Amino acid sequence: MSFRKTLTMAALAGVVGAGALAPAPAQAQENGQYMPQMVYRTGPYAPNGIPLANGEGDYLRLLNERDGGINGVPILIEECETAYNTDRGVECYEKMKNGGPTGAAQFSPYSTGITYALIERATADQIPIFSMGYGRADASYGKVFEYVFTAPATYWAGADAAIQYIKAEEGGDLSGKKIALVYHDSAYGKEPIATLEHLAGQEGYNLSLFPVPHPGLEQKSTWLKIGRQVRPDWVIMWGWGVMNQTAIKEAAAVGFPMERFIGNWWAGAEPDVRPAGESAIGYKALQFHGVAHDLKVHQDMKTHLYANGKGLADDESQVGEVLYNRGIVNAVISTEAVRTAMDHFGNKPMTGEQVQWGFENLNLTAERLEALGLTGLMSPLSLSCADHEGGGQARIVQWDGEDWRPASDWIVPNRAGFLSEAYEASAMQYANEKGLTPRDCN
Amino acid sequence: MSNQLRIALWALGAPVSVGLIGLLISAMPLIDSNFFFTWGYYLEVVTTGLLTGVLYSLVALGFVLIFKASGVFNFSQGAMVLFAALFFVGFMDKWGLHPALAFLLTAGVMILLAMLIERVVLRPLVNQPAIILFMATIGITYFLDGLGQTIWGSDVFTLDIGLPKDPMFLMEGTFEGGVMVNQFDIVAAVAAGAMVIVLAFLFQYTRIGRALRAVADDHQAALSVGIPLKTIWAIVWSVAGIVGLVAGVMWGSKLGVQFSLALVALKALPVLILGGFTSVPGAIVGGLIIGAGEKIAEIFFGGYIGGGIEDWFAYMLAMVFLLFRPQGLFGEKIIERV
Repeated sequence: MSFRKTLTMAALAGVVGAGALAPAPAQAQENGQYMPQMVYRTGPYAPNGIPLANGEGDYLRLLNERDGGINGVPILIEECETAYNTDRGVECYEKMKNGGPTGAAQFSPYSTGITYALIERATADQIPIFSMGYGRADASYGKVFEYVFTAPATYWAGADAAIQYIKAEEGGDLSGKKIALVYHDSAYGKEPIATLEHLAGQEGYNLSLFPVPHPGLEQKSTWLKIGRQVRPDWVIMWGWGVMNQTAIKEAAAVGFPMERFIGNWWAGAEPDVRPAGESAIGYKALQFHGVAHDLKVHQDMKTHLYANGKGLADDESQVGEVLYNRGIVNAVISTEAVRTAMDHFGNKPMTGEQVQWGFENLNLTAERLEALGLTGLMSPLSLSCADHEGGGQARIVQWDGEDWRPASDWIVPNRAGFLSEAYEASAMQYANEKGLTPRDCN
Repeated sequence: MSNQLRIALWALGAPVSVGLIGLLISAMPLIDSNFFFTWGYYLEVVTTGLLTGVLYSLVALGFVLIFKASGVFNFSQGAMVLFAALFFVGFMDKWGLHPALAFLLTAGVMILLAMLIERVVLRPLVNQPAIILFMATIGITYFLDGLGQTIWGSDVFTLDIGLPKDPMFLMEGTFEGGVMVNQFDIVAAVAAGAMVIVLAFLFQYTRIGRALRAVADDHQAALSVGIPLKTIWAIVWSVAGIVGLVAGVMWGSKLGVQFSLALVALKALPVLILGGFTSVPGAIVGGLIIGAGEKIAEIFFGGYIGGGIEDWFAYMLAMVFLLFRPQGLFGEKIIERV
C-alpha cells in the first residue's frame, strides 16, 4: 500500500473511531432539564474560555452528583464550541435551542457579539439570554428586553464603580485629576466611554481615550503617550485576551505604577497577569464577584467531582481561579432561576418561557447564598420584571504576584441616579427603532 | 545602480528623512497650540518604532525565505511561530530543560516538521500552480494550530529566558528626561540582525543559496539541471521554522506564549508588501519603515482621527509604496515575455 493510501486509511479510521466513541448528545436522553453551554475552548481567547467553561460545567455536574440535579430533576449538559466567533455562536444556538424534552432553559453566550446576534432570535423563541457582565447594558431595562438578563452588573455599572473607587482613593475629590481609558477598539471596549464622560462632567476629572486595535499585540505607541506625554493619575483598562498582558508589560516598561492601573472584569484574571511576571504585582481589577478558593462550593467540587476524576479542569488547583469562579457564578444564577421556576411550576423540566419567569422572580438572599456555600463569592441579587440587573455590586481586587486579594469593600453602583435613566433612555431608543411596545411591569 | 551606491544612499537618506519629518512635525504647534512635541520625545518615538520594526522583520523573514525558494506565500508562518514557541516553552516548563537545550530540541522539531511538510504536502503538489500550494499552507495552519495546542494545551505560558526588560535612558544630558529605550527591544533587534546576516550569507555565498534561488525561478528547470527539489524545500522550510522559533521566543517573551502569537503574522504583511516578498534586506528595511512610520502616525496624528490608527496606517503606507514600486522596495522586477 502506498504511503498516501496508508495515511488516508489511518485518517478514515480515526474519524470513524472518534465518531463511535463520541458521547451521546443530550437530545437523545429522555427526562431532565436541558442546559446547553456555549464555550470557547479553542481560538485566541481559549485561555480565558477554558476556565469559564470548566467552572460552569463543574457546577452543573456538582448539582447532578450531589443533589441529583435541580429539585431532583437531572441536568442534561451539552457543550457547543463557539471559538468566540459570532457566526459559530448563532450556529450553536440553532443547533441546541430545541434540545432535551423542553428545549434549552437559557443560553449564556460569553460574548458581546453573540449576545447582540441572539437577542431577537431568542426573544422570538422565548428562551432567556443571560449575559453576565457583558452584552448590552441597556438590556437591564426589562420592560423592553423581556428575554435578556444582565445580572449582576453591566459595563456601565462597572465604570461607575471604578470611578467611585478612584474618588475614594483620591480623598473624595477628582477635580483636575487625569484619568485615561485604554480600551479594546470594538463595541465591547467602547461601552464604558459614555458613562466615564458623564462622570467626568460631574466630578471634574479629565478623561483621555486610548483605543487599542484588535488584537492588541503591539501597544508601544499607547503607552509611550501615556507614560511620557499625558501622565495620567489613573488608568482604567477595558481589555480582552492578549491585549491585557501586553498592556501590563508595556505599562511597566514606561514605569506606570501598577497600583494606579485598574482593569475591568475581563482584564483581571490569572491569564492576564501571570505572563507579565513581576511587572504585574500591584495591578488592580474590578470584579462583580469575590476572589476565593476555599468556600464550601469549592470543597464540594473537590469531594464530589475531582476526588472521583469527574472534574473538568486539568488540575484541581484551578478550582477557585477568577474565571473558574465566574463560571460558577454564571451557573449558580441560571440554575437558581430554573429552581425558582420549578418552585412555581412544579418539579419537572422547564421551558424557556418558564425559566424567564424564574429569572424575573429570582431572589438570591444572603441566606440562600450561605446555603449554597457561596458567601463571599457573590453579593445578594433580586431581579424583577423591570430590573434585569438585580442590584449586583462590584469590588476592586489586587494581584500580589501569587493571588488576587480584595482591595476594597463591595461598591454599589449608582443605579438610583443616572445609570437607571441611561438604561431606560437607551432601551427606549432600541424599542423605537424596532417598533416595540414596552411591557407593563406594574 | 551598484549595491554599494544603493547602500550609501539608504545610509544617508534614512537619517535625513527622519530629521526632515521631525522638522515638519515640530512645526505643528503653530497650527495646534495643544500639540506636544520635543525633540527628545520624537527621538524616543522613532527609536521605539525602529526597534519594534525589527521584530516585525523577524516574522516577515520567514515568509520571504519560503517565497524566495518556492514562490509560495506561506500562510502558515504565524502558526509556525506559535508551534515553535509552544514546543520551546513546553520543553522548558513541563520537561524542565535548560533554555539552550530546549532551543536545540525545538529546532530539531521544526526540522522534522519541515521534512514532514515536504513529504506529505509539497511533494505531491510539485509543478502545481502557486495558488494550490498556497491553499495547502492554509491547511497546514489549521493543523499546526490544533496540534501544538493538543500537545501542550491552550493556557498562556510565561516565557522568561532572562532577557532584561527594564527601560534605560539615553542622552539625558542632551534632552530633558532623556530618551527612553527598552533593553528587551535592543536585545531582540541584535538577535534579528544576527539572523539576517546569517541568512544573507546563506543565500548569496553558498551552493545551497544558489540552488534555492534557482528553484524559486523555475521548479522544472532546476530539476532538469540536477538540483534536488525535495532537499531544497526541506531545507528552506527548516530554516523558516528556525526563524519562526526565534520570532516565537522574542514575541513570546513579550506577550506570553499563547494562541494569539499566531496573529503576529498580521504585523508582517505590510512589511512584506513594502519590502518585497523576495528580499531579505527588504524585510528588514520594510520592518524599520513600518515600525517607525506607524508609531509616528499614531502618537503625533492619531488623536486627530480617534486614535488606534497604527494597524491600518501600516497597510496604507505599504499601499502608497506599491503605487510607485509594485514589486516592493527591494523585490525582483518580474518581466513576463509573451
